[in-house]
Amino acid sequence: MAEQTVGRLDPRPGDRLRLVSVYPELLGTYGDRGNVLVLAARARARGVEVEVVEVAPLAPVPSQGDLYVLGGGEDAAQSSAVAALAEDGGLAAAAASGAVLLAVCAGVQMLGERFVAGGADVPGLGIIDATSTRMPRRAVGELVVEADPGLHVPLLSGYENHGGGTTRGPLAEPLGRVVRGAGNGEGTEGVRQGRVYGTYLHGPVLARNAAFADHLLGLVLGTLAPLDDTLPERLRRERLTAVLGSAAG
Amino acid sequence: MRLPVRTRLALLAGGMAGGLSRAARRGNGTTISGRVALVLDPQALSRLARGRRSAVVSGTNGKTTTTRLLAEALRTHGMVAHNDRGANMPTGLVACLARDVDAPLAALEVDEPWLPTVVAAVDPRVVVLLNLSRDQLDRVGEVALLAHRWRAALAVPRSGSVVVANADDPHVAWAAMGADRVAWVAAGQAWRADSVLCPACSRLLARVGQEYSCRCGFRRPQVGWRLVDDPGRDGGDAGTYVRDPDGRKHRLDLSLPGRVNQSNALIAVAAAAQMGVAVDEAAAAMARVREIAGRYARVDLAGRALRLLLAKNPAGWAVALDLLRPPAECPTVVVAVNARAADGRDPSWLWDVPFEALGGRHVLVAGDRRADVAVRLAYAGVELEIVDGGVAEAARRLGPGSLVDVLANYTAFDDALAAAGGRGTASTPAASTPDAHHG
Ligand SMILES: [Zn+2]
Repeated sequence: MAEQTVGRLDPRPGDRLRLVSVYPELLGTYGDRGNVLVLAARARARGVEVEVVEVAPLAPVPSQGDLYVLGGGEDAAQSSAVAALAEDGGLAAAAASGAVLLAVCAGVQMLGERFVAGGADVPGLGIIDATSTRMPRRAVGELVVEADPGLHVPLLSGYENHGGGTTRGPLAEPLGRVVRGAGNGEGTEGVRQGRVYGTYLHGPVLARNAAFADHLLGLVLGTLAPLDDTLPERLRRERLTAVLGSAAG
Repeated sequence: MRLPVRTRLALLAGGMAGGLSRAARRGNGTTISGRVALVLDPQALSRLARGRRSAVVSGTNGKTTTTRLLAEALRTHGMVAHNDRGANMPTGLVACLARDVDAPLAALEVDEPWLPTVVAAVDPRVVVLLNLSRDQLDRVGEVALLAHRWRAALAVPRSGSVVVANADDPHVAWAAMGADRVAWVAAGQAWRADSVLCPACSRLLARVGQEYSCRCGFRRPQVGWRLVDDPGRDGGDAGTYVRDPDGRKHRLDLSLPGRVNQSNALIAVAAAAQMGVAVDEAAAAMARVREIAGRYARVDLAGRALRLLLAKNPAGWAVALDLLRPPAECPTVVVAVNARAADGRDPSWLWDVPFEALGGRHVLVAGDRRADVAVRLAYAGVELEIVDGGVAEAARRLGPGSLVDVLANYTAFDDALAAAGGRGTASTPAASTPDAHHG
């Protein structure tokens, strides 16, 4: 009874996805590598040729990618990474030219104007209109989010583990509303500004939420053929049920 | 051993509590008896350790195996107190030392955060440092912090003591460099993702092969002890050897599988040598060890023969995947994962484990978090089948006959061992304490 989740379609010639994983060895604390694996597998299953670029720690970031993934890290890693990214400029150039960005946890904080790491106030990359500060209590546990209706995705499930909360400025919208957990710390979760997405959901987020992965891929590739998502959907529902009880959906 | 009255009374009370706990079938009583004794006499650990020649062993992975191998080597020289039930915090150590009050030697496995406390109390001859990497994800961030705490603790001068440290792990090396006397061992590093930055200054470490260095001057120390593989072309016996700091080679033939256990044995041999056990004598004693607290052992469960491999964190999983027998011998594998308090509640680490290595096998996925594992394996392109239940339920799905390898994390492993009629690994890591210095 072997199960097959990710079906294969015939390649559409000319479809290509350049997927950039930023400093995975530095920013990969919470299985962030998983988001890259899921995006690549789901694009390939649609016949898209995927090139995964893993940027070595503190090496230059190519600005010609289609989709960038930025993960979480400890304070020292986060501070080193943000300094290198600011000096390099590749990630900001990519965002300015319309690339899709997914930033998770510490990644969200780095994309904003400022954040706190190792007790110090650290300048961020200023790619999104948001500021992160310490929350009174560290947020650790399952996080459930009702995504903004414009995303057309069902309830998002993930795990959060962060000491910082994020306050949005007028240019940034939230990713959604917190149903259970802390998220940004004031009832909303995540940040959305143009094609840049930030979230405290890990688990990793795209492993648990196939529709969100396809939303991001769709921004680059257009309409996507459906896949057999029996297993990811089973996982998402199981986690939601664990948190919300049997009424979860 | 002469103990102060207060300590003896504390042990007596602790022993009684332990007996009651055993009678009530609430665990083996090790931890509770130690807890009672420590409450009545906070100095119980140092008093019990006084006058013994002790070795303490700590690190994220391999401490149970390394401590056992070291205990076997020391046993060639006399009675050894050894916390083989896995209770590796001060309460467990008190119980262990109280059980063998007259043993002149001790081999003690110590939980990483407790190492400074235990070193101060026990005043060991030898401190063995294996490795530091991410363990429970909801405790992550402690890797750099632990290295700092270790370094501070080892910088306190203690006469006649030596640190035996794995030079291949930058965090361990940095912690050990704080000590007066260090014996450096090339014990390998299966997992580098948690030592990308310099432990001294947080710059990026430069890496070439096993060597690492930083602009601040921190670099891999000169190694005295290493493994040497001899292909046997020059007329010598093919096999793996320990090379000591004087350049002499000693045959190492273990019953335990894999390179990781050869590395554990190497550092245990180096530690035993600091306590006066000759290398060949130590290696011979270690060769007789066939299983460690049920690990690597062949067990029968639901009429099926299983070989149990324990992995508690990404580094451990990478190693365990390496220990699987080849697909031709073992086409079906069971993977069982829980995320209970002792495992850490967040199984995101599944995505750090190179499960792609299971390609070409049929995997039975079990444990509380089987849905998480199934998604991970599906994206890795691995053929899988979900079993509703744990290792015992998976065993019932197997055909009769061949031996099947089982990879399980902490509580899933304990459940399997209990179902097979063995005892669990006893200790429960402290409930996760989220740390506030990252993210
Ligand atoms: Zn340095």
